[in-house]
Amino acid sequence: MAKPNSPIRLHVPEPAFRPGDTPDFSSLDIPAAGSVRRPTVDVSPEEIRDLAYGIIRVLDDAGAAVGPWDEALDSATAIRGLRYMMKTRVYDQRMVMAQRQGKTSFYMQCTGEEAVAVAQQMALQLGDMHFPTYRQQGLLIAAEHPLEELACQVFSNPGDVLQGRQLPVMYSFRDSGFFSISGNLGTQYVQAVGWAMASAIKGDSKIAAGWIGEGATAENDFHSALLYASVYNPPVILNVVNNQWAISTFQGLAAGDSATFASRAHGYGLASLRADGNDFLAVHAVSRWAAERARCGFGPTLIEWVTYRVAAHSTSDDPSQYRPQGEASAWPLGDPVERFKQHLIGRGVWSEELHAKAQEQIETEVRQAVRRAESLGTLNSGSKPSIKEMFEDVYKEMPPHLRKQRQQLGV
Amino acid sequence: MNMIEAIRDAMDIMLAQDNNVVVFGEDVGYFGGVFRCTAGLQAKHGKHRVFDTPINESGIVGVAIGMGAYGLRPCVEIQFADYVYPAYDQIASEAARLRHRSNGQFYAPLVIRMPTGGGIFGGQTHSQSPEALFTHVSGLKTVVPSNPYDAKGLLISSIEDDDPVIFLEPKRLYNGPFDGHHERPSIPWSKHPLGEVPEHHYHVPLGEAAVRRQGSAVTILAYGTMVYVAEAAVAETGIDAEIIDLRTLLPLDMATIETSVKKTGRCMVIHEATLTSGFGAELCALVQESCFYHLEAPIERVTGWDTPYPHALEWEYFPGPARVGSALKRMMEA
Repeated sequence: MAKPNSPIRLHVPEPAFRPGDTPDFSSLDIPAAGSVRRPTVDVSPEEIRDLAYGIIRVLDDAGAAVGPWDEALDSATAIRGLRYMMKTRVYDQRMVMAQRQGKTSFYMQCTGEEAVAVAQQMALQLGDMHFPTYRQQGLLIAAEHPLEELACQVFSNPGDVLQGRQLPVMYSFRDSGFFSISGNLGTQYVQAVGWAMASAIKGDSKIAAGWIGEGATAENDFHSALLYASVYNPPVILNVVNNQWAISTFQGLAAGDSATFASRAHGYGLASLRADGNDFLAVHAVSRWAAERARCGFGPTLIEWVTYRVAAHSTSDDPSQYRPQGEASAWPLGDPVERFKQHLIGRGVWSEELHAKAQEQIETEVRQAVRRAESLGTLNSGSKPSIKEMFEDVYKEMPPHLRKQRQQLGV
Repeated sequence: MNMIEAIRDAMDIMLAQDNNVVVFGEDVGYFGGVFRCTAGLQAKHGKHRVFDTPINESGIVGVAIGMGAYGLRPCVEIQFADYVYPAYDQIASEAARLRHRSNGQFYAPLVIRMPTGGGIFGGQTHSQSPEALFTHVSGLKTVVPSNPYDAKGLLISSIEDDDPVIFLEPKRLYNGPFDGHHERPSIPWSKHPLGEVPEHHYHVPLGEAAVRRQGSAVTILAYGTMVYVAEAAVAETGIDAEIIDLRTLLPLDMATIETSVKKTGRCMVIHEATLTSGFGAELCALVQESCFYHLEAPIERVTGWDTPYPHALEWEYFPGPARVGSALKRMMEA
C-alpha cells in the first residue's frame, strides 16, 4: 500500500486491448438471459437501483426467449423486426460502397447496433418523437420511411428534402417522428426532454425519446437533460447507446473505471435500466416498459443499451489504428441479426431458406431504391440542389441583408 | 409604466392570447424574477405556463428548443446576459440553425430575454453587453429596446415571431431614461412620453429603427441606454445631431441609417459593449459601404473599453455624455 505523502500519480484509464492484443471479454459480467427481474412500470427509481448494473436479456445462448422480460412477441411482428434489421444493414453496406465510389462525401454505419433503433421504434407509437444521433437510421427503416429519401439525403441531390444543407446521414423527417440531427453531440438530448415537457404541459399522451452515445454522455447537455428530466418528470425515454467506442476513445473515458452509464441516472433519482442492445426482444420489451411508464405519467427512464460498434466510426475513420482486429467477433453479446434469426428458426417460424430469400429480396429492394435516388444525381454528378435555396430558411422571411448577399452571388 | 411593467404586460397579454406561450427561467415563477419582470404571471396563468427552472442556462434554452419543436412558443429569461454563455451552444448551433438544417420541418420560435449593460455596480458578471455575439450568428434576431413603449411592442412582436429572438433589456433603463449622469437624481418613466404604454396588444415591428431627434450636423447610431447618453451629449454640446435608435440590431434598418447619414455627412456609432469586433464595427463597415462618398469625416466610435467591466470604476468605463460630447466636437472640426 502506498504511503501518505508519496508522489500522487494521475490516473488515465486505458482500454483492456489495443491493436496486436487478443481481445478477451471473459471478465465482462454478463448475467444469464432471463435472470434480471421485471418490475412494474410504476416502480420507484430507488427500488430498481440494482438494475443499472445488471444486463436485461431475453434471448439465451441457444436463441430461446426466457425470463420475465419475454413478452411473447407475435411471430409476424418479430419477422418484421428481423427484416428491418436486415434492411438497415444492407442499406448501410450499399451506402458505404457508394461513398467509396465517390458518390457522397461521408457515411456512418450502425453495424451491430441495428436492434437498438429498430426494436425501439417498433415499441413506440406514431406521433412520438425521436431525437436521434447519427447512428439510428434503423428508426427510419422501422418507420418504413421511403428508403429513396434517405439515399437522396446522403447524395445531397435534388431529391434531398434538406436541399443539400446537411452532412450525409444527418436526416430530418418530422412526419416519421425523427427530429433533425444536429451533428453537435449531445445537444438533442435536453431538447428531447423539452419536447416531452411540452407534451405534458399540453396534457398530451405523446412521448419523446432522446438518443446519445456513451461518449457524448460526457457533454454538459447529458447532465442538463437528466436534471430537467428529474425536476419536471416528463414522458421521455433517455437512451444511452453504449457501443464501447467514441471514435478512438473507449467507454472508460466517459464513465471512468467503475460506473455504468445507467448508474449516471441515480444521482438524479431517475429510473434506470441496463439491457442487452444486441437482443431484439430485450430492446423491444425494455423500450415498451419505459414507454408505458412514460405514458402512464410515471416519468422518464434512462436505458443503457450495451452493444458494440462493429464498423468504423465513419467512412473517415480507421479503427485498426486503435483497437484489435478481432474485437467485434470476440464481443460476447454476439450479432443482433444472427441471434434473432436463430431465435425465429428455433420458434419454427423462420428458416435458412426463408432468410436467404428475404436477404435477396431486401438487397433488390435497397438496390432499386438507391438507384432511383442516384438517378436524381449524387454529390459529384448530376444537378445540385438550387443555390438560390441556400439563402432560404435562415429566417422564416428573408431579411434585406441576405437578399443582398443572394444578389451578390448572382442567383 | 416603467420598462419592467411594460415587459411584464407584453408577456401577460401573450400568455392570455396564445395558450402555446410559456414563460420560464431562474427565479421567474413564484418569485417573479430578480428584476420582477414576471411578477404575478404564475399566479395568474398557472405554474404549467410560468415556472422556475434549475440554475442551468443551457438546459433552459435546450428544453425551450424541444418545446418549440413540439409547437409551443417559449419566452425564457436568462437572469443576466452575463450568464448566457453556458447556453451559447444551444443558441448558436441549435436554435439559430434548426430551420435551415431541417429545411423548415422544425424551427425554434423562442424569445430569450436577458438584462444587459452596466451602471448598477454589478461588476464584471452583471454588466456585460454581449449583443455582437448574437448578431454574428445567422438565424438569430437581436432586439434592444430603449423605452417602455418599444419594449412592450417589440416583445409582443418577438413572441409572435417564428424565429429565435435575443431580447436584450438594458437594465439601467428599467426604471427610467438614464443618460449617463449617474451623479444626478434619476428620472422615472412616468415623466417621459415613451413611458406611456397602451394597455392593449400592439406591435413595434422588428427591423425598424426610430429617429429620436432630427438633426443636420451628424448622425448618431445608438441603442439601449446609449440613446439617452446621446441626447444628453447633444444637449450639452449644442451640436445638431440626428439620433437614431436602432431598436433591432438584426435585421437592421439600413434604409433609415443610409438616409440619415447621406443627409448629415457624418456618422458616430456608440455602444456600451467593448470596442473590438463590437456591433459598432459592423455599423461602420455598412455605413462606409453605402455612404462613403457622402462622408465628410471619418466615422467615430465611442464604446466601452476593451476591459472587463470594473466594479469600482464603472463610470470610467461607461461611455458617458462627456466622452460622446467631446467626440462629437472632434467630428465637427474634421
